[in-house]
Amino acid sequence: MNNQRSLFPQRSNLRRQWSRYTNHGDRFWRGALFVSSLLILVLVLMIGWEVWVNSAPSRHAFGWEFISPWAQAVWNPALDRFNAWPSIYGSLITSFIALLLAVPFSVAVAIFLAELAPPTLRTPLNYMVEMLAAVPSVVYGLWGIYVFLPEIVHPIGVAVQDTLGIIPGFSIFFGGPIPASGISKLAAALILTIMVTPTIAAVTRDVFLAIPRSQREASLALGATHWETIWKVLIPMGLSGILGAVILGFGRAIGETMAVTMVIGNTSGGDYSILKPGYTMASIIANEFAEAVSELHSSALIEIALVLFVVTIILNAISRWLVMSVHRKTMGR
Amino acid sequence: MSGDIFAQVNLSRVYRRRKWVNNFILGLTGLTVILAIIPLIWIIVYVIIKGWRVINLDFFIHLPTAMGVPGGGVTNAIQGSIVMVIVASIIAIPIALLIAFYLLYYPQTKLGLSIKFSTDLLSGVPSIVIGIFGYALFVVPVKHYSAWAGGLVLAMIMLPVVVRSSEEMLKLVPKELREGSLALGAPEWKTSFSVILVAALEGVITGIMLGLARAIGETAPLLFTALGNEHYDVFSYIKQGIETNQSFWDILHKILSEPTDALPLTLWKYAQQPYPERVEQSWGVALVLMLLVLLLNIGSRSWLAWRRRQTHG
Amino acid sequence: MNQLLTQKIEVRNLSVFYKSFRAINDVTMPVYENRITAIIGPSGCGKSTLLRSLNRMNDLVPGSRAEGEIILDSENLIDPGIDVVDVRRRVGMVFQRPNPFPMSVYDNVAYGPKLYGIKKRSVLDDIVEDSLRGAALWDEVKDKLKQSGMALSGGQQQRLCIARATAIQPEVLLMDEPASALDPVATLRIEELVAQLKQQYTIVIVTHNMQQAARVSDYTAFMMMNERRAGELVEFSETTVLFTTPKDKRTEDYITGRFG
Repeated sequence: MNNQRSLFPQRSNLRRQWSRYTNHGDRFWRGALFVSSLLILVLVLMIGWEVWVNSAPSRHAFGWEFISPWAQAVWNPALDRFNAWPSIYGSLITSFIALLLAVPFSVAVAIFLAELAPPTLRTPLNYMVEMLAAVPSVVYGLWGIYVFLPEIVHPIGVAVQDTLGIIPGFSIFFGGPIPASGISKLAAALILTIMVTPTIAAVTRDVFLAIPRSQREASLALGATHWETIWKVLIPMGLSGILGAVILGFGRAIGETMAVTMVIGNTSGGDYSILKPGYTMASIIANEFAEAVSELHSSALIEIALVLFVVTIILNAISRWLVMSVHRKTMGR
Repeated sequence: MSGDIFAQVNLSRVYRRRKWVNNFILGLTGLTVILAIIPLIWIIVYVIIKGWRVINLDFFIHLPTAMGVPGGGVTNAIQGSIVMVIVASIIAIPIALLIAFYLLYYPQTKLGLSIKFSTDLLSGVPSIVIGIFGYALFVVPVKHYSAWAGGLVLAMIMLPVVVRSSEEMLKLVPKELREGSLALGAPEWKTSFSVILVAALEGVITGIMLGLARAIGETAPLLFTALGNEHYDVFSYIKQGIETNQSFWDILHKILSEPTDALPLTLWKYAQQPYPERVEQSWGVALVLMLLVLLLNIGSRSWLAWRRRQTHG
Repeated sequence: MNQLLTQKIEVRNLSVFYKSFRAINDVTMPVYENRITAIIGPSGCGKSTLLRSLNRMNDLVPGSRAEGEIILDSENLIDPGIDVVDVRRRVGMVFQRPNPFPMSVYDNVAYGPKLYGIKKRSVLDDIVEDSLRGAALWDEVKDKLKQSGMALSGGQQQRLCIARATAIQPEVLLMDEPASALDPVATLRIEELVAQLKQQYTIVIVTHNMQQAARVSDYTAFMMMNERRAGELVEFSETTVLFTTPKDKRTEDYITGRFG
């Protein structure tokens, strides 16, 4: 027994000790995993910290009035007077309109993709939705300026100004005339609608797909039509997920920069009408940061970035929680 | 027993209405899908038609020329994009894989859940905020814009995309593979690299391609980090460096520390300029960009699906 | 014992295809009114496919096609002109795994009637109570009608599904291995319930459990896969006859456990 030579030679003593210590290299491995993972956590915190710190001059100068709609809503770099309300309003109104249009649309698309599409169409259609989401923002902007605005936005704007715009109460929001180029908050809202649709549609589609087949079978076996099954069983079951998709879309819309800044005009008119140019939080940063005239100016812009950061973090967290809750519901009691 | 409940209801009329509603609404959803695809087709067609005219060899090889001088190109943007994406990949890919493995091993721990959460949060932060962060961290301390600053912010943008898709792919590997390797006495790291990663390789590569597609198309974060540079030309830096006897590291330093352009940055600049030639060129840039992004995105997905069909029959 | 025996459903030369694959080959059998007909056979022999043809649930599988006739009250259910929604009201189904909706017990049962426009609260209340009584579940849930249907035990959920199916007053009730996901005690209760239900409904039950078929059914159909992997009806007769003096050797082999 002892004179049989082993196929596996013995390691030297030193080597054995080293292997034991590092657990054959796993100590380093586990360490690397741990550090990398911590890195991402630290990164998020650092981003928050940096925007917080670098916005200090502006925060101290303006306090809460910075975001107030009632303080003098003036953004004037020359006079070092900064109130973010015009850009906050711009973000809110454009995103709101975009969601209003995109949500029913996207849910309809999701229903088709999840429930109705014949198997041969399923993959190409899903790819097309992915492509819509993959188109870079600047390309949307380029197409927006030279094609979408003159051909779609301008006519719509003219129609709006001639109908809603002349009704006394509404003229604040819909008063024209829309600039000949079509550059307006409306343009931004409509482009956002297109850009946000694939996000909401894809998440909603996945929510529907997560609902087990047995629910559909139960409803159909009772003689319900396909639409009745969708409306009465699937949508209620997936409602929190759909809501999560909408909130995710809202976050995307608020954070969207390039396409918006190319079609919104970036003038601080302070005008509430959607037919007029304006700002969003993201677009004002993109437009002015590189040429900020003073430290207070930069700091004010960074404070806007801070607002963006906080808002999108909150929206994302809520959205995630909602989408998760659907999965919990469908997986068991 | 209640009497026939359907005595009170005109069944055939009810049926007809229900079926009509069903067909109408479902038809409507089909219509919305068509409407949703129209902008995509419109953009693609337009970009191809207008961009095609501008694309020629000069476009890819030459630096921009002054207005009115023919033969200008956007090689600065192309090279800049390539350089920054390489920097981003070198940093983001290994870290993303490590994070993905961490999430594979410890999915339910407190730290694991916070990591997953942070990844999602990071992917939701607007890219312009990341740009500001990059500016504060990478530009201000050294007082100049640079390619490496642009690369780093692109890495931050790529990171959550690659983490999320890699994690999904790694999870798909049956745990019997991992157990078999460990049972043979292989350490965890070797199991991860030689067994799990290899098994998930195609999916992971697809995830990386998706991250690249995202990074190539980003503009906002580059506005304050790379800034733009009409004279960025790696080849001339190399040539200069060789002529003046510089070391490899010096040349590399030059390539990375200059401010640089990128395809989307150039598109952004040219699209809004009052000169028609520039606007024309921006369509060409859009075409190149779209081709790259769509190829990476759709190409990688179809390749993955094709490979999957091959191995599973 | 032998009242007037009428055929509720007559299956004639039924073949079911999935694209070009023939899943069921030329089945002809009767389903007698107010009797329980069991379909037994080894796995994959097409029992479920046959059952699902009877309420056109096979339509959900893309590429599926049926040939032949399924006559219910002198209408052929396979005829393309027929209203599938109507078929499913008249031929109800209970599935292998209980699948209550994530709604209250009340809403689960009321789901069907509401589809047909029945809105009056008092009428719905009556229907819900009758159906739950008929499913032997009323006493257990009468105080918990607002509770989620998914909070019930497995056996209770299945009885809820039965109540839900009977609420729209079908003529035929199809049951696809209704007790196979349940424990023995719950199984027994379902079997008792099924025996009671035949007074009002015609029942077709698929089961892989021969003893269950022998206990519960009046008629039994034995199916098997042929060489081309299509399901065929080997033998159909009264249950007592099939289990004691089977005519076909294959039936005898299956029953005595020589295979399958």
